[in-house]
Amino acid sequence: MPNATSAGEVGSAAPDFTLPTTPDQSVTLSKLRGKPVVLVFYPADWSPVCGDQVALYNEILSVFGEYNAQLLGISVDGVWCHAAFSQDRKLQFPLLADFEPKGAVARQYGVYEASAGICQRALFVIDGKGVVRWKYISPIGINPGADGILAALEELTQ
Amino acid sequence: MSELKPPVGAADHVQGARDAAIVLLEYGDYQCPYCGTAYAQIKAVQQAMGDRLCFVFRNFPLTNLHPQAMRAASFAEAAATVGKFWEMHDVIFENQRHLNDRNLVEYAQRVGLDDGLVEAALQGNFEPKIRQDFKSGVRSGVNGTPTLFVNGQRFDGPAEADALQGFFARI
Repeated sequence: MPNATSAGEVGSAAPDFTLPTTPDQSVTLSKLRGKPVVLVFYPADWSPVCGDQVALYNEILSVFGEYNAQLLGISVDGVWCHAAFSQDRKLQFPLLADFEPKGAVARQYGVYEASAGICQRALFVIDGKGVVRWKYISPIGINPGADGILAALEELTQ
Repeated sequence: MSELKPPVGAADHVQGARDAAIVLLEYGDYQCPYCGTAYAQIKAVQQAMGDRLCFVFRNFPLTNLHPQAMRAASFAEAAATVGKFWEMHDVIFENQRHLNDRNLVEYAQRVGLDDGLVEAALQGNFEPKIRQDFKSGVRSGVNGTPTLFVNGQRFDGPAEADALQGFFARI
């Protein structure tokens, strides 16, 4: 049985949340039922490399789209920071602000790096019923790419 | 550990023998400054290693960030159809800051592409091949540009000559 208290473990119900994505909009996980959701926790906006994680995912949204999956980025940056970053990188998917209380959602998923005050680089694939089906925590300095996400989405369809 | 899918094959652009001891593959974007830096580093490694190294290039244009990356890749692919991929690849990277359409046409003429090929590149005729490279990169675990694979495994170290040669020495 899915167990809501097990902090985003595979096979458990994904902890529900509502987070702001712009100054006047928010996203609630449970409202996305019916399609897979990819949660991408990342340390910070404005990573200095051009091949960074969110830029990469932005380029491959069409591939995620083949699985009808909704991609959500989450960091502890605020909505105005996300707005500027999204505009600069021309991002086509929402970035959620886990800003106040800081890192509360990341903590629920067990991926908050308290010593640095940032999210770990963690990926979750949640199925249409809200159950965590795959997770991966990458070393903080290594961008995990998208191959694991795609393999997990592929498994959902089987 | 992320693995190259599909492995190096007949459709790939290759410098050196596919059965060399070390096969280094880059997923790159012609407009990415980090790929520009890696270009010089890889040239140095190729010079140092000679026949022991095979170098392969696949396209991974980040088109939202780099508006001319797809176009530049198209010209390199056009050149490939007449056996001039590497000449075009090199001239593009060596002039990375100047990649507007006019520049690309000029480089193409310098390399010796005819008007038909230039037109085909400008029309986007080679984009399906480029997108196919891109998709294979996504499935192989490409996590930015450049991403390198050494003998089919993703190399997460820096794209620098010393780091690469040090790594090769331990294989």
